[in-house]
Amino acid sequence: MAASPAYGEEKGGSSSLGEPEYGHDPASGGIFASDYKRHDDLKEMLDSNKDSLKLEAMKRIVAMIARGKNASDLFPAVVKNVACKNIEVKKLVYVYLVRYAEEQQDLALLSISTFQRGLKDPNQLIRASALRVLSSIRVPIIVPIMMLAIKEAASDMSPYVRKTAAHAIPKLYSLDSDQKDQLIEVIEKLLADKTTLVAGSVVMAFEEVCPERIDLIHKNYRKLCNLLIDVEEWGQVVIINMLTRYARTQFLSPNQNESLLEESAEKAFYGSEEEDTKDAKAEAASLAKRKPYVMDPDHRLLLRNTKPLLQSRNAAVVMAVAQLYFHLAPKAEVGVIAKALVRLLRSHSEVQYVVLQNVATMSIKRRGMFEPYLKSFYIRSTDPTQIKILKLEVLTNLANETNISTILREFQTYIRSMDKDFVAATIQAIGRCATNIGKVRDTCLNGLVQLLSNRDELVVAESVVVIKKLLQMQPAQHSEIIKHMAKLTDNIQVPMARASILWLIGEYCEHVPKIAPDVLRKMAKSFTNEEDIVKLQVINLAAKLYLTNSKQSKLLTQYVLNLAKYDQNYDIRDRARFIRQLIVPTEKSGALNKYAKKLFLAQKPAPILESSFKDRDHFQLGSLSHLLNAKAVGYQELPDWPDEAPDPSVRNVEVPEWTKCTSREKRKDKVEKPFYSDSEGESGPTESADSEPESDSEESGSSSSSGTSSSSSEEEDEEEEEGGSEEQSEDKEGEEEEEEKRKKKKEKGGPRKASPRSVGSEEEEEAEGKKVKKAAGPQGKKGHAESSSEEASASESSSSGSDSGTEAPTVVEAKRRKVIPSSKAGPKEISLLDLDDFTPPPPQPVPSSSIISTSLVTDLEGLTLTDTSLAPALLSPAFGAVRTYELLHRMAGEGLSVEYCFSRRPFPGDPHMVAVQIQISNNTDAEVKSLRVSEPKLLAGMRIQEFPEIALCFQRAWRPGTQPAW
Amino acid sequence: MKMIHSLFLINCSGDIFLEKHWKSVVSQSVCDYFFEAQEKAIDVENVPPVISTPHHYLISIYRDKIFFVSVIQTEVPPLFVIEFLHRVADTFQDYFGECSETAIKDNVVIVYELLEEMLDNGFPLATESNILKELIKPPTILRSVVNSITGSSNVGDTLPTGQLSNIPWRRAGVKYTNNEAYFDVIEEIDAIIDKSGSTVFAEIQGVIDSCIKLSGMPDLSLSFMNPRLLDDVSFHPCIRFKRWESERVLSFIPPDGNFRLISYRVSSQNLVAIPVYVKHLISFKENSSSGRFDVTIGPKQNMGKTVEGVVMTVHMPKAVLNMNLTATQGSYTFDPVTKVLAWDVGKITPQKLPNLKGIVNLQSGAPKPEENPSLNIQFKIQQLAISGLKVNRLDMYGEKYKPFKGVKYITKAGKFQVRT
Repeated sequence: MAASPAYGEEKGGSSSLGEPEYGHDPASGGIFASDYKRHDDLKEMLDSNKDSLKLEAMKRIVAMIARGKNASDLFPAVVKNVACKNIEVKKLVYVYLVRYAEEQQDLALLSISTFQRGLKDPNQLIRASALRVLSSIRVPIIVPIMMLAIKEAASDMSPYVRKTAAHAIPKLYSLDSDQKDQLIEVIEKLLADKTTLVAGSVVMAFEEVCPERIDLIHKNYRKLCNLLIDVEEWGQVVIINMLTRYARTQFLSPNQNESLLEESAEKAFYGSEEEDTKDAKAEAASLAKRKPYVMDPDHRLLLRNTKPLLQSRNAAVVMAVAQLYFHLAPKAEVGVIAKALVRLLRSHSEVQYVVLQNVATMSIKRRGMFEPYLKSFYIRSTDPTQIKILKLEVLTNLANETNISTILREFQTYIRSMDKDFVAATIQAIGRCATNIGKVRDTCLNGLVQLLSNRDELVVAESVVVIKKLLQMQPAQHSEIIKHMAKLTDNIQVPMARASILWLIGEYCEHVPKIAPDVLRKMAKSFTNEEDIVKLQVINLAAKLYLTNSKQSKLLTQYVLNLAKYDQNYDIRDRARFIRQLIVPTEKSGALNKYAKKLFLAQKPAPILESSFKDRDHFQLGSLSHLLNAKAVGYQELPDWPDEAPDPSVRNVEVPEWTKCTSREKRKDKVEKPFYSDSEGESGPTESADSEPESDSEESGSSSSSGTSSSSSEEEDEEEEEGGSEEQSEDKEGEEEEEEKRKKKKEKGGPRKASPRSVGSEEEEEAEGKKVKKAAGPQGKKGHAESSSEEASASESSSSGSDSGTEAPTVVEAKRRKVIPSSKAGPKEISLLDLDDFTPPPPQPVPSSSIISTSLVTDLEGLTLTDTSLAPALLSPAFGAVRTYELLHRMAGEGLSVEYCFSRRPFPGDPHMVAVQIQISNNTDAEVKSLRVSEPKLLAGMRIQEFPEIALCFQRAWRPGTQPAW
Repeated sequence: MKMIHSLFLINCSGDIFLEKHWKSVVSQSVCDYFFEAQEKAIDVENVPPVISTPHHYLISIYRDKIFFVSVIQTEVPPLFVIEFLHRVADTFQDYFGECSETAIKDNVVIVYELLEEMLDNGFPLATESNILKELIKPPTILRSVVNSITGSSNVGDTLPTGQLSNIPWRRAGVKYTNNEAYFDVIEEIDAIIDKSGSTVFAEIQGVIDSCIKLSGMPDLSLSFMNPRLLDDVSFHPCIRFKRWESERVLSFIPPDGNFRLISYRVSSQNLVAIPVYVKHLISFKENSSSGRFDVTIGPKQNMGKTVEGVVMTVHMPKAVLNMNLTATQGSYTFDPVTKVLAWDVGKITPQKLPNLKGIVNLQSGAPKPEENPSLNIQFKIQQLAISGLKVNRLDMYGEKYKPFKGVKYITKAGKFQVRT
């Protein structure tokens, strides 16, 4: 370490030469010695107990890091401040830690305990940030700690913490890929999460860790489709790209009936005649009648739910949807993306660059799609050259018989541009149009010939090259042009152009019998000064002339071959040797000699001028690999459509039973309804995704108030949950179930809509953990019922036992004591918050068949009970000031809603239990009977004290006093 | 998808003045590939946004004289990175008023804190400015004075609840004494006019920029008299797409502060009224080292409004040495190095059309330029949306107070080019 600062400073110093200094940056400039002292100064400041000094020091240090200077010698001094109370200091320390921990692993370990403590913090944001930093410290030794932390966070009740957990997965994976199996479990669990906050992050983790496990997606497919519009924009991109791949493996090609057609169309593609797309569509339609193809409703769901995102302000999202449509949609529907892509051309030039590359690829396959926007690709003199060239590419791809005259007129203005690279590209584009569209071939050729007298050599050279290619298609008619070009050899210096002219003359020497030998004569003179590429063509020309006109050219040929024999370039020497053997008959030369003429003067096929973007679409559009036209590291191939559709039922999510949900997540979900999405739940297995999502969704999405189709969506919710999250603690379900049962009523609605905010505070409260008791009071309308019944005391069944296998049973049980109280609803306690250890309560999968999904249980998990001995006497219901949380939303409960709160009163029966007050309201018109607790499933170590059955719950009764406080 | 590994900020003279790594440190030397490409490109705007190097890919943007060069290791949609980098630049702009090297260096700690929040492990985390501003307060002069005295900080100590909610773009607990909502309807005309004055291509691109200062959680609906004009629209995430689809009404809970509500394109069926015309005569004589330059700008189809803020810029051919011109109005400059002629015209009065006329001096001996330069025109028309788009009404739900509402229209030249 002693040496490192010196080295670092030096390095830093040199790189920053000439930069203006930062305000206080101690590291800028200066000589080594003084810097070193200044670092002492920083250390002192860090050691002081004034936050302002520490802050100042940290700011300077961060400024050093920002400039790429080495501040690693301060590590010990900085790390000490990791527990500093001042938030900004803390944040800056985190920045420092993440930057240097990898280099100073031992010292970095000092900070770990702070983060572990942070993971238990009642505040979700602190938990999240602790996890974030912990997982960003790339120190292999803490892998197990990270693993535990991630698992725990994945079942956290705060979606934000779960999101952070999802983010941490790839970090851990890159640190130690042996953890893959365990991480996949976590991913699987998080995939089942229904909050929009988590969705994008977990899919990102999925893509990074186990993109091959496509089976994990099945159950979550519909949910992802439906949530998509509410996911934040970056997550949308990741999800859409993943779903594109998924769809390619699971559905049939929507264009399968056209595939035959497509082939033929393709062949004819450059033939200019056809209006191919339209025809193809029409024919496809007719074919389709013969062989009916029915799109899987899930396939349709994906297409429908992504379409609105074409309107996103984020170019990456638009591009993601565009590529999805390009790869997955029936031909007739792909057109919708053109407008959105064209819109992106107004964006920053980097965006234009990428979009144009993709448009270029698409426009080859689906020309019709962009034709209406032809003019949007017209070039302005102010466009950067790279953009001009791409636009030109697109224009060329779009050229057909009808629009070619417009395009050529446009090209004429381009040829006069000041930007010579662009002019050269235009000339090539003209060449391509000429070869593709027979009608304008002569026009183009004439135009190009005129360019031969252009003053700019580059323009002339490019024209020559292109003309050569065009002439090859019909040489006989154009000997005049060849003669004209022969004259150019005196002036043109660009090697490629000279080579092209020589090749032309050699190839068609019979059309210009007089000129050809003369050209050879001139070239022989200048042979030694030519570029290699030209020399090769001179040799070629000589050989061809020798074969056709040996009288005039024999000596010249030998002269050239002799020069070539001693050339510096071995290609040229080889060529000379080879050609000499071939054309000059000697005794040794074998049979080949007889065929020399055939070899050299065979009919050569005209070159096909085609776009460099042809067939680039075998890369997924929008990808880095597509842009580079090379497979980038980590690129996932876009699979071909399967011949047979895999079983679509894998995406069905099972029966909507309440019970199965994972408690935490679910609750949350209910609480946070997707803000704008169409439909929230997934559509049940039976309904084809087709119809529903659109219709009902809007309402449900926007607010719960309207109370409509609640039941269906609800169920769906649940289903999903089950799918994924069974493993979660099911114990809780028990409770929930009970409650569920009680309800069968509906609520009235408006006011109780779930507020997303509640989350944060909840936790806090829990955190307090102490003697909260839960009063489980079903207080239906009868109100008092609540007070009496509410008592739940719980004690937990002590055995913390059955942790599910994988997790480390590190849970400390010491702390919990469990007692069994008498009555009903039971609080369960969990050691989550024990400060000293961070083992998560292992979620156990219990596939329970019962009904409710509540998160109450989960919430309870967080409580640590301390001893309070309270008389089981009555707990009066807590009102007003206490926050209530939603257990069952009215929509979900078909009118029955349940809210609960921690009354923070001791539970009389048992010091180790807490009272939870549960308020049940019936908003339906019907009565609800027999509310009771049935077979609660509790986490290990939890107990519940049941309350007596409540016989009736009338409609619309709820006590004003117990209304939610917010 | 490992996303962004590192970020380097590089100024025009090739100094790396800031670096940030989200994973293991990548040496600055990776930027050498970028410098190489930059050299090859000659022009800054021609540096390819994506560069492949043996071990990394570099994806860069150029904004306000700064290159934002990100280092990528694996496959990732390039637009994702580009869009994100622009978002970073926008955020700097938003925080410091400008996205310049000086501003970034002066606020290096805030920059670092922002970058830390915006990306986690290279994946975007918080990019909404409302959330960021809750996390990290933007610097103001007052605050920095106060901070230096009290030692308090820029980092918010309240927790950003917005991050946790369904409407991450809006911060919670917004309070204003004056509740105001302003909308600027800004339309830009993109056009290419050919030599003869006929329109080769023209379309109208518009945006609605909003400045919303409303307390609480207002739910707004903005409707238009003629929504069918809008052909292609892109939305801020706050807008409820379904409402638009079904009723053509913009319904949204707005972010707090300034933001772009929508951008749109007016359907190409409508003919675009071109508000100005240009008469030009630019010619270079064969075998003489001079040429003529004569340009007049006049108003046309401007719906009775004044065309103002007119500026013409021309990239003259390389052979041009100097220009001796007389302007009847405004002033002109010619930069002999970049060969850019700029004529600041100001307001056009139909009675006396602005004209710029004179002699062009060419390098002696150089061949006469083949091409005539195109003229790029800028202008502004206040109080007019050239497409005819009109806001009908703004309704607010969810809050009781009465907000002050305002709509402003303005038409500008976008990429408006006259070929000569």
